[in-house]
Amino acid sequence: MDNENIIEVHGLSHSYESLRAVDNISFNVKSGEIFSFLGPNGAGKSTAINVLITLLNLQEGMVTIAGHDLKREPKEVRDSIGIVFQEITLDRDMTVKETLEFHGNLYSMEKSEIESRIEELLGLVELREKKDVLTKNLSGGMKRRLEIARGLMTRPIVLFLDEPTIGLDPQTRRKTWDYLRMVNNEGTTIFLTTHYMDEADMLSDTISIIDHGRIIASGTPAELKNSLGEDIICLETNEREKAAKAIKAHEGVKSIGENEDGLVIMTDKDGAHILPEIISRLNSEGIGITAVNLKKPTMDDVFMHYTGKELRD
Amino acid sequence: MGFGFLNVYKRDMTRFLRFRHQLFSSLLQPALWLAFFGLAMAGNFDRILGGTGTAPAGVMTVDYLTFMCAGVLAATILFTNIYGGFILLFDKNWGIMREIIASPMPRKDLIIGIAMSGITKSWIQALIVIVFGLLLGVNFFSGKGILEIAVSFVGIFVFIGLFAMAFICISAFIALKMDSPEGFQGISTLLTMPLFFVSNALYPATGLPVVLQQVAMINPLTHLTAGIRYFAIGDHFSAIGLEFVYSPVEMLLSLLYLAFFAGIMFALAWRTVEKAVIT
Repeated sequence: MDNENIIEVHGLSHSYESLRAVDNISFNVKSGEIFSFLGPNGAGKSTAINVLITLLNLQEGMVTIAGHDLKREPKEVRDSIGIVFQEITLDRDMTVKETLEFHGNLYSMEKSEIESRIEELLGLVELREKKDVLTKNLSGGMKRRLEIARGLMTRPIVLFLDEPTIGLDPQTRRKTWDYLRMVNNEGTTIFLTTHYMDEADMLSDTISIIDHGRIIASGTPAELKNSLGEDIICLETNEREKAAKAIKAHEGVKSIGENEDGLVIMTDKDGAHILPEIISRLNSEGIGITAVNLKKPTMDDVFMHYTGKELRD
Repeated sequence: MGFGFLNVYKRDMTRFLRFRHQLFSSLLQPALWLAFFGLAMAGNFDRILGGTGTAPAGVMTVDYLTFMCAGVLAATILFTNIYGGFILLFDKNWGIMREIIASPMPRKDLIIGIAMSGITKSWIQALIVIVFGLLLGVNFFSGKGILEIAVSFVGIFVFIGLFAMAFICISAFIALKMDSPEGFQGISTLLTMPLFFVSNALYPATGLPVVLQQVAMINPLTHLTAGIRYFAIGDHFSAIGLEFVYSPVEMLLSLLYLAFFAGIMFALAWRTVEKAVIT
């Protein structure tokens, strides 16, 4: 099963009346990986995931999940996947155990299988003591963990999560990531959407950056960051044009951009060595520099680079 | 082969039994109706008529309380079920509907499960109302032996089952179409009023204007009330000075009408849940 594609999407589009929320996207998710859709709110992530989990009709495109054609075999697709929705979707008046039982029964699981799976999963997400507690009495993080456990009840081949850590405090977010890695290590392929750079960066094997319904870049986090260059040098100066002209041809300078303070220089060699050379060059030409900064490209830089804007909320 | 509806049924019944105050009030309400409204009206009718009214020789006469108890029972079943689909609106608003809709369970199982729990709740309430009525002096099953009473109960329960199914499906339909509890409440209440008053539940429909009499004839509540009176009181009796005769053929037609109506309403709810897009 290694390296086999668990999800194959080709030419997927989805419109709400005149609004084209998802516009001709194609991608593959490999077996056993964590795949992220990274994009701002309103980019079309939720629409795309809702089509994949059969909540929205497939309007255009070809989708195969776990070997089943989404259009022709939606029931088989449903049987193969687990889902954690964006908002909390728990019955406040049912206990933790009843919530999981109800879910197992929705998927026609055997009674004994349900029992043993509940024990196992409550152990995994550390909710065993809360078994008979009504879900309304759980904390936000516990609710999330219960939902992850619920998504895993049926031993799905792929677990879909829509913004899994939205609204959680930093500590709970980290904990949730740990659970997801654990689940992934046990062989479950994970598909998630997020608008958090750090989440996509820390968790994913593959990221697709999505904006305005289109995929604008894909790759591993390292590939995406490396595509920008080795290092990023930010130069604060009042003489941008002169400075850019002076260093444009310098060895190791890959490209030069601008931000509100000055120049943003991408390098394709070790920036720590290039930086002193650049500074002395600018000094010799009499161009004033007020500040410098050297850093590795981050997901934010990647996002800025491909979309030309900061991630809006 | 799926039995997903049992899962839906179990959840709904668990919730019903879990909320003690809700359970208690749903059982107490019809009893209070009977106790206050019933006794007051019975007192007035008896005063106006100077007793329970005159009846032809050989025809059993029942007091107003007995007459209206069947109607209160029928109305209780109406109220329980017309609001019974609320759980679907709740599920929609809390996102649980998405979990259900995205699962492999056939969607019609959702309607079947909700209908089953509506019927069960109705039967429990019917039993309570009948027992409470008997304690208040309602003259049900008079002169009947154990076996005949058992048959009467079966008859009443069949009528109630069909009626409950019809109205829980209507309620499910409204819940699936509405977005807010207020909208759901408004529509349900709007429906309940004419159903309740343009029927033979509290008084004989013959007292209504002709147009409303005809409306009462197609009102399922009229047929349910008639069925309950037939089985609980008898096929020929007199109350509030009027003579009532129910023939087995009429009862069969009422039953078929309720079954037909329930079938249509189930189909409506089923179609709506199949088409529902919930994200």
